[in-house]
Amino acid sequence: MSTEPLVRWDWLAAHLGPIAGRVEQHLYLTVIAVVVGFAISFLLAAVSVRRRRLYPFVVVLSTAVYTIPSFAIFVVLIVVSGPSVFSAEVPLVMYTIVLFVPNIVAGFDAVPWDVIDAADGMGFTSGQRWWQVELPLALPLVVASIRLATVSTIGLVTVTAVLGDSLGGLGYYILDGYHRTFTTEILVGGLLSIALAVLADLALVLLQRVLTPWVIAREVAR
Amino acid sequence: MESEAVASARARLGNSGAASLEFRGVSKRYGSGPDAAVAGTPGAVNDLSFAVPAGAICVLVGPSGCGKTTSLKMVNRLIEPTSGQILLDGVDVQTVEVTALRRRIGYVIQQVGLFPHLTVGRNVAVVPALVGWSKERQRARADELLSLVGLDPSRYRGRYPAQLSGGERQRVGVARALAADPPLMLMDEPFAAVDPIARAGLQDEFLRLQKELAKTIVFVTHDVDEAIKMGDLIAVLADGGRLAQFGAPDEILAHPASDFVARFVGVDRGLKRLSLRTVADLKVEPAGSSDGLPTFVPATKLRDALSILLVADTRGGIALDEAGKPRGLVTVDEIASALADEPAGTETRK
Amino acid sequence: MDPITVTAQWLADPAQWEGPNGIPARLLEHLYISGVSLGIAVLVALPLGLWIGHTGRLSWLVLSSANAWRALPSFAVIGLLVPFTTRIDPSLGFTLYPTVVAMIVLAGPPILVNSYEGIAGVERDLVDAARGMGMRERQILFGLEVPLALPVIATGIRLAAVQVIATATLGAVFGFGGLGRFIVLGDANQDNGELFGGVFLVAALALITYGLFVLLERLLVSPGLSGRTAS
Repeated sequence: MSTEPLVRWDWLAAHLGPIAGRVEQHLYLTVIAVVVGFAISFLLAAVSVRRRRLYPFVVVLSTAVYTIPSFAIFVVLIVVSGPSVFSAEVPLVMYTIVLFVPNIVAGFDAVPWDVIDAADGMGFTSGQRWWQVELPLALPLVVASIRLATVSTIGLVTVTAVLGDSLGGLGYYILDGYHRTFTTEILVGGLLSIALAVLADLALVLLQRVLTPWVIAREVAR
Repeated sequence: MESEAVASARARLGNSGAASLEFRGVSKRYGSGPDAAVAGTPGAVNDLSFAVPAGAICVLVGPSGCGKTTSLKMVNRLIEPTSGQILLDGVDVQTVEVTALRRRIGYVIQQVGLFPHLTVGRNVAVVPALVGWSKERQRARADELLSLVGLDPSRYRGRYPAQLSGGERQRVGVARALAADPPLMLMDEPFAAVDPIARAGLQDEFLRLQKELAKTIVFVTHDVDEAIKMGDLIAVLADGGRLAQFGAPDEILAHPASDFVARFVGVDRGLKRLSLRTVADLKVEPAGSSDGLPTFVPATKLRDALSILLVADTRGGIALDEAGKPRGLVTVDEIASALADEPAGTETRK
Repeated sequence: MDPITVTAQWLADPAQWEGPNGIPARLLEHLYISGVSLGIAVLVALPLGLWIGHTGRLSWLVLSSANAWRALPSFAVIGLLVPFTTRIDPSLGFTLYPTVVAMIVLAGPPILVNSYEGIAGVERDLVDAARGMGMRERQILFGLEVPLALPVIATGIRLAAVQVIATATLGAVFGFGGLGRFIVLGDANQDNGELFGGVFLVAALALITYGLFVLLERLLVSPGLSGRTAS
């Protein structure tokens, strides 16, 4: 069918600048979504922990959002608010909230009650207890959820390419390459976005180790 | 053999003194309204009154649900009493700001509750950190206390709780409770989660510590033998949180105040009393020939001596003095007559 | 005209309900391919997960597949498969293969991971007791471990099903059929009715599938396990 080689290295060499730009865009979109999503989720989780009755409601809502295919949600947003960063970020943030809230709540639930009892008995005020005991102990699950949300968002950013040429990060190359039947472009977009996700995952695993050294100790003690 | 580190730790440790504790008519009801049942509600307490002098260990003992843990938690106000007063050195604990109160009381629970995210050293220094000691002072104090409970600081201070055995964790828990040198300590079944051999070791070490530190301690347990071994005074609680009897261990064993107490301390209370006395307390007869007779050092408990004599099937055993020289003969009859003495410690205390 | 009216009109239009590009045709397409992909993924991943969970061997496979799955954006997977599948079979590959392969690939890990975790999560004491009573390995697996692991395994299949439906939807961007086609065409033709109609149908399908699987889980799991076994 086509006598073209699989990879056109000359195209690659000529487009290193734009590619880097797309990587930057990809990271930019990811970081905004994760940071904003985390802030909102933390508040939602704090409320859910205090007002338990609201929590099932929150869970149902976020499950519904997560179940609906992202593609559909992104497209709805193009129509509603045009191809802009905002259109991309609304669904991206929503998806991070879906991942963050249950995990943050679970993190705080996982603090052993005897530790809380001991802390109260020793004379921690409730504020001190929250900062010095509950928060650090909830950290493993919270950091794990940041890792999950980041990697998942990197994947979703590729889908934002359907919103228009100005978006999509590395997903732009996947879509454009498909439309132009240009394999090199597809490979660049696809492989780089996967690489980005893997690198982010590794970096966050390291962060997890640094922030929660006692978790390693437990693995070793077994 | 004590290491130098432990010996110097003992010498340097200050003692801010011990506080006296008094329960006056303390009750805890659960539920509200006139139908709130006190008797029969697990964890409820009914008109509890007793006094613990400074420097004594008072053990709260009784069956499950008798309110002993509830009573303990009312001292540091983790639970608030429905009525009555608890006086610490004559001051009603309800009038003291609650976190300040708790920082002056050592608190040890069964599961220990060590903070998993802090090293052993930082765990021990929790309360000193809360009250604002300098980092150096915290660290020095933590090292002292770790030595005191028999854990080498250089090996343990950097470890995490997950890396310790059950017995080691219990020791760290005790060290942590002692860190701010509190005048009162509350201990809720602290040695229950450990195997019997380790538990006996922990109990012995704790009693040795107490000889040095002379803190006032309230100790909760469901185990009668532990109560008798650890307590200077015992409060036996019955269902519904009533005080069934309060007094020295020997007194309760010799004269149980009710059928309930008699059943609770066990049918072998006579033998239990024997473990409260040693061969040194006995009068001796002239020995005559001492060939083939078992010998007893002064610290031998009478219960053990009796057991040895029953097995040896001789006319008696030879009691030795501190220097190891024979003092005289002790017989089974002599041991039995020890039970006829009035219980030690029946003179009234404040 | 507001989106709701336009969508309602589009859905009500009888022309949309007939022919090879009508709603029923697309729906069946979507369901058929989703079902087939899920089926293949289950056939491969489920036994593998059960075996790894029961014997404990090759557990690294589960861990790496879990990590890989998280890191693989479905958009990239489909896109990357397009050039390769067209080279394999130009006449067929362009519309069908990449999306289907992606669906199977992306459905596998949730099933594998959850089957493994379900079996591995059964308390060792129970398994030892069963072995001590003389049950054979196969009996232990199917008589004890699988029933206890059923909630977790079922969750894994549910996750995979939702994943499959979403991937099929996305495949429309790359020429695949199914309900996603309405979204793509509606966007291309600026036909909001078609676009939102597609969105509605896709969302409905996903939510209904989710709900059906939850019901299925309720029915399948033994009443003695109404809570969680572990933790």
